[in-house]
Amino acid sequence: MTSKSRSRTLQVIALHVVLTPLAIIWLFPIWMMLVFSTMDDYGIFSPKIVLWPSTNFIANFKNLQADTDFVRAMFISVVVASVYTFLSVLLTSMAGWALARYRFIGRSVVIAIILGTITLPFAVVVIPQFIMVAREFKLSNTWVALIVPPLFNSLGVLFMRQAFSMMPGELFDAARVEGVKERQIFLRIALPLARPTMAALAIILFLASWNNYLWPLLINSKPGMMTAPVALGSLIGLTKVSWGGIMAGAMLLTAPILVVFVFLQRHFIAGISAGAVK
Amino acid sequence: MSELSLNNVVKRFGALEIIHGANLEVKDGEFVVFVGPSGCGKSTLLRMIAGLEDISGGEINIGGKVVNDVEPADRGIAMVFQSYALYPHMTVEQNLSFGLRMNGNPKEDTEKRVQHAANILQINELMQRRPKQLSGGQRQRVAIGRAIVREPQVFLFDEPLSNLDAELRVQMRVEISRLHKQLGTTMIYVTHDQTEAMTLADKIVVLRSGNIEQVGAPLDLYDDPANQFVAGFVGSPKMNFLKATVVETAAGTATIALVGEDNVRLTLPVSAAAQKGADVTLGVRPEHFTDAGQGDTDLTVTVDVAEHLGNTSYIYATTASAGQLIIERPESRNAGQRDTLTVGLSARRSFLFDSAGKRLR
Repeated sequence: MTSKSRSRTLQVIALHVVLTPLAIIWLFPIWMMLVFSTMDDYGIFSPKIVLWPSTNFIANFKNLQADTDFVRAMFISVVVASVYTFLSVLLTSMAGWALARYRFIGRSVVIAIILGTITLPFAVVVIPQFIMVAREFKLSNTWVALIVPPLFNSLGVLFMRQAFSMMPGELFDAARVEGVKERQIFLRIALPLARPTMAALAIILFLASWNNYLWPLLINSKPGMMTAPVALGSLIGLTKVSWGGIMAGAMLLTAPILVVFVFLQRHFIAGISAGAVK
Repeated sequence: MSELSLNNVVKRFGALEIIHGANLEVKDGEFVVFVGPSGCGKSTLLRMIAGLEDISGGEINIGGKVVNDVEPADRGIAMVFQSYALYPHMTVEQNLSFGLRMNGNPKEDTEKRVQHAANILQINELMQRRPKQLSGGQRQRVAIGRAIVREPQVFLFDEPLSNLDAELRVQMRVEISRLHKQLGTTMIYVTHDQTEAMTLADKIVVLRSGNIEQVGAPLDLYDDPANQFVAGFVGSPKMNFLKATVVETAAGTATIALVGEDNVRLTLPVSAAAQKGADVTLGVRPEHFTDAGQGDTDLTVTVDVAEHLGNTSYIYATTASAGQLIIERPESRNAGQRDTLTVGLSARRSFLFDSAGKRLR
């Protein structure tokens, strides 16, 4: 073994020595969520620590479904996250395209405002937004209230703007010379080329919507209109908390996202690091 | 008819003027090359003709119609870009037909035009490939094909060969020249490479800092440059400039002496009044030095380096009046072994410029 390959092996070993415990620490709560989702409440609170799944998952799920219509809540979450992701990617792409490729008066002001809104924490916006949506527009407990208010995502606009800015301008000039309409340039050339960035943005937006708790909790509190995280939260009562059911629900809420992430992580990481290097 | 004219065309970016009133006439079927150093405004001028840049003043006329406010697609032009600008997610065939399809051109006609362009450029076997599966030369052919299918009145080329290697560049140059002969369409071609300009053009337009310095046939520019800039830009290797002083004037002539080499004197025909004692520049092309004793006067230079190309040799030498000189000597294979070289200067093959770079003739 040459000294170069020996030092490389040592590096790899050192890296694993550091990263493996970190990975275990990170994975442990998720594993315990899986374990708890398969145990009854007595098992969960027994002093003996059990690290292996039991057989109570179906029963826990039945309790969950009985306490709150979790299947419907999941359905609402899926529909809201999907529609929100589709519309938001479309909207942010259109805004990003305009800001990247057209010169108009006030463009830099618009960009500055969009950048500025990123710095505002949601806690600052949530009350005025609630008053506007619930009181002014009277939209509480509707699909629109869940999907529309967070639709215009500042980060998404800047994300897409960056993607379109990096495309060579000659591509679009060539289409203009050929008489292709601006709408078609956007739909037929720009969007297909921005597909990797759109995929990454879609994952980010889907996750954000899927995990969103505060806004759906505030605006859609009617049992039939709850999203899955809100439905789970509603199980934490003053007198009784069904941890087995909550864990089963949390498991069902986490699993699809994990699967999607594993399959799309290449896009996700590519999108996150887009623009980091030339 | 596909004549094109520019009348006092101006381009400003804010307060900065980029093109200062360009005037040009391009005849039907002519091959015109815009040439000049980087940043001289040649690509901007081409983009203004294409309609991709608004013009700040003046008038652009294509086929007898003012097109200042006409959309690029309606100007009867097609453009080939430096980066090829092929749509990466489409096949060659889709790239060629995209514009026509988007404009609702009948399917049969689109197919016919695409096939015709593919035949002309011999890219039939590439039709189902994507741009990333093509070599640089093939991509450039597809880009030209995309222009051909539009059947334009005027072709615009924006440095189309600058991304190709030297060998391919020569090959594509010949192909573009052949294409012009075959189609007979007006072509405007932008390059910073004077060899491309000399070999392709019917007419060369030399630009500097947003001004048209001279317009003419390639050999006219070579033989009769209007100023020192054009003289230096046209011809390869570039013209040598030697500092000189007017030592004597007579009717229609001026005698100059090279600075630092007072014994090297040359009498040139100059109709304009040349002031005695004025600083001037003598321009001599590398290929116009003669053997010692064969010209009107001799110049002895110190040889630095000699490059032997087989058919000719380039001798890089220094002299007091010019700093470095390039001398081309066809049969001079041992020139590099000498310390000094004496060559002849001929008044007939020399150019005189005043201190502002204007030609004195």
